Amino acid sequence: MQLWFTERHTQNVEFSIKVDRQLYSGKSEFQRIDIFDSKEFGRFLTLDGYMMLTEKDEFIYHEMITHVPMAVHPNPENILVIGAGDGGVVRELTRYNTVKNIDLVEIDELVVEVSKKYLPTTACRFDDERVHIFYEDGVKFIRRCENKYDVIIVDSTDPFGVGEGLFTKEFYGSCFKALHDDGIMVNQHESPFYDEDAAAMQRSHKRIVESFPISRVYQAHIPTYPSGHWLFGFASKKYHPVHDLNPAKWNILGLKTKYYNTKLHAGAFALPNYVEELLRDVE
Amino acid sequence: MGLSQIDAPIYEALRKLRRMRVVPFDVPGHKRGRGNMELTEFLGEDCMSVDVNSMKPLDNLCHPVSVIKDAEMLAAQAFGAENAFFMVGGTTSAVQSMIMYACKSGDKIIMPRNVHRSAINALILCDAVPVYVNPDVNKQLGISLGMSVEQVEKAIKENPDAKAVMVNNPTYYGICSDLKRITEIAHAHGMLVLVDEAHGTHFYFGENFPITAMNAGADISSVSMHKSGGSLTQSSFLLMGKNINAGYMRQIINLTQTTSASYLLLSSLDISRKRLALSGREIFAETVEMAEYARSEINEIGGYYAYSKELINGDSIYDFDVSKLSVYTLPVGLAGIEVYDLLRDEYDIQIEFGDIGNILAYISVGDRKRDIERLISAMSEIKRRFGKSGAGMLTQEYITPIVAETPRRAFYADKISLPLEKSAGRVCSEFVMCYPPGIPILAPGELITDEIIEYIKYAKDKGCSMTGTEDINIEYLNVIV
Repeated sequence: MQLWFTERHTQNVEFSIKVDRQLYSGKSEFQRIDIFDSKEFGRFLTLDGYMMLTEKDEFIYHEMITHVPMAVHPNPENILVIGAGDGGVVRELTRYNTVKNIDLVEIDELVVEVSKKYLPTTACRFDDERVHIFYEDGVKFIRRCENKYDVIIVDSTDPFGVGEGLFTKEFYGSCFKALHDDGIMVNQHESPFYDEDAAAMQRSHKRIVESFPISRVYQAHIPTYPSGHWLFGFASKKYHPVHDLNPAKWNILGLKTKYYNTKLHAGAFALPNYVEELLRDVE
Repeated sequence: MGLSQIDAPIYEALRKLRRMRVVPFDVPGHKRGRGNMELTEFLGEDCMSVDVNSMKPLDNLCHPVSVIKDAEMLAAQAFGAENAFFMVGGTTSAVQSMIMYACKSGDKIIMPRNVHRSAINALILCDAVPVYVNPDVNKQLGISLGMSVEQVEKAIKENPDAKAVMVNNPTYYGICSDLKRITEIAHAHGMLVLVDEAHGTHFYFGENFPITAMNAGADISSVSMHKSGGSLTQSSFLLMGKNINAGYMRQIINLTQTTSASYLLLSSLDISRKRLALSGREIFAETVEMAEYARSEINEIGGYYAYSKELINGDSIYDFDVSKLSVYTLPVGLAGIEVYDLLRDEYDIQIEFGDIGNILAYISVGDRKRDIERLISAMSEIKRRFGKSGAGMLTQEYITPIVAETPRRAFYADKISLPLEKSAGRVCSEFVMCYPPGIPILAPGELITDEIIEYIKYAKDKGCSMTGTEDINIEYLNVIV
């Protein structure tokens, strides 16, 4: 028997993983949720047929979206996470003892429930007493927040479907308002490689640039996302992502990571020329 | 034949025609799209294959005897009308037809001054004489309201020879007059009641909405199915009560209506009527829920005022259409038109219109909760980023027109073009309006005053899209010699 999960990356490119078995399939008010087991990537989660995470490579995404802002901000205590119902970002955040509060806003309760049941590697720290989960539209939640958070992590799906609102200027502006004067927002920034993804990436970059005084982009290599070349946005009111990084301070925390380190942190902001050009076009 | 609301005769006839693969040696010349591939790729083959001409199996809108007749009968049933006609020239053509039905040359018609331009255009066409009833005005919001019963009654008594009373119900902003009472008074004086119900399609299908024209006993109503009803742009219904001679109405319509009615429009009316008849109640309950939610969230932002039923005053605001999301913006220091522009330019959100003091976001069944969240957030952001003190903003005043000449005589009179500033004291021979909403600031035959000139300049300055004049830049006005 041959059972394959296939995601279309462009009209002409497909990406397939051989599936061992399907563990779960369900439909929430917002989207279809599936969990598969595979030999190569272990267990993986898809939403509306789009790859969200695999056990094998999720560490790259979750470490890079979390530790970069956490290493730059001198004293991140109050953190807001939007999306991230799989628990990966929360897992990384709870490793910081200095963090006092983590608000997680996930629109789809079923994603959290399914993750708790089937994805123990990521959904393992929801019971940390600092974590508060709000099942709400992130766009709505953040509208009411003012001068409240040190770091906001936007772990969204793609800029179409449920996550659409998390790529808009009104949302980025609301994030700006919700942050303290030295706050940082990091977001999943799509890929620069395929044309359609690159256009979406540019659109959201433009909107962030218009909303924050400092807006830089960094990259990571994530094998199961389209093209494998993935970007994150670093938007900030005060701190520069590289100049204000204090490597010694982060390293002394002694957090064990598989992908992230402070040398790579600086290097991740060095982008290929074509990516720099795409960004410059909209800055 | 036992047709019911689950049927859609025009739609079904088109599907049948498509299956039969008839060879077309008639117009349209694109021949099911094959002759214009770029257009076909753009609009889709399915769409082009039903862009066909009248033929026996499809009936003819100018003289319906089969599927269009059946579809019109079903529409009449659905709307609770004696007769209903499919209209393909927009509600504009429906409004014109009802006025031309009621009035011949020189006949008087009582109407509020804040009618849509289509109504005054009809007066130019048929040479009827308007008797304007000044709508009541909400001073705070600067919007014109419905007509008070007392004012209508006064106009009727002063003009017992008038042939008809026309009512906007609801207005663009969602405000309803006491339609039932106005209808009773007009009928008691032998006048017809014509209702511009362009913004009221959903009243016929949802629950707890203001009374419909047909239920209020009005004689004719123009309903923009394409607004809240979901049909294609330009498609509308003309509804008639039992005292209207439908055959004569058809003749009136045929004076100006195309003889090549689009089957895209006709089928969209047919399918939309079916859909609303079958599930309109749920559809509009959802729409209202979204509008109510947006209203409460916007009011929570502060500054903005998203108004609703609390405005009701028993007369000129007899009822309010809660599916409308009208918001007063001046307290955040921004004209409605400025918020309208910012929403589009900064946030990629297109709303229906902005005027001096208000915006209107059109909420319908096509909306998604998450888009509503975006709209609310964008308004919150606009206040944060662009908000100012509300002081010194010109409020929008209803300017009582001074009618010096009938619209028709003014329109066709000898005229000269004068710079706007120098036109005070002259009689205008053309329209000046912001579009949308398309309600004239000046109509042909009205006296130009300093107050009006100032208003036009302010609206232009704030970025309102002005139309109606021969001079595209509205720097010159045509006035009667």
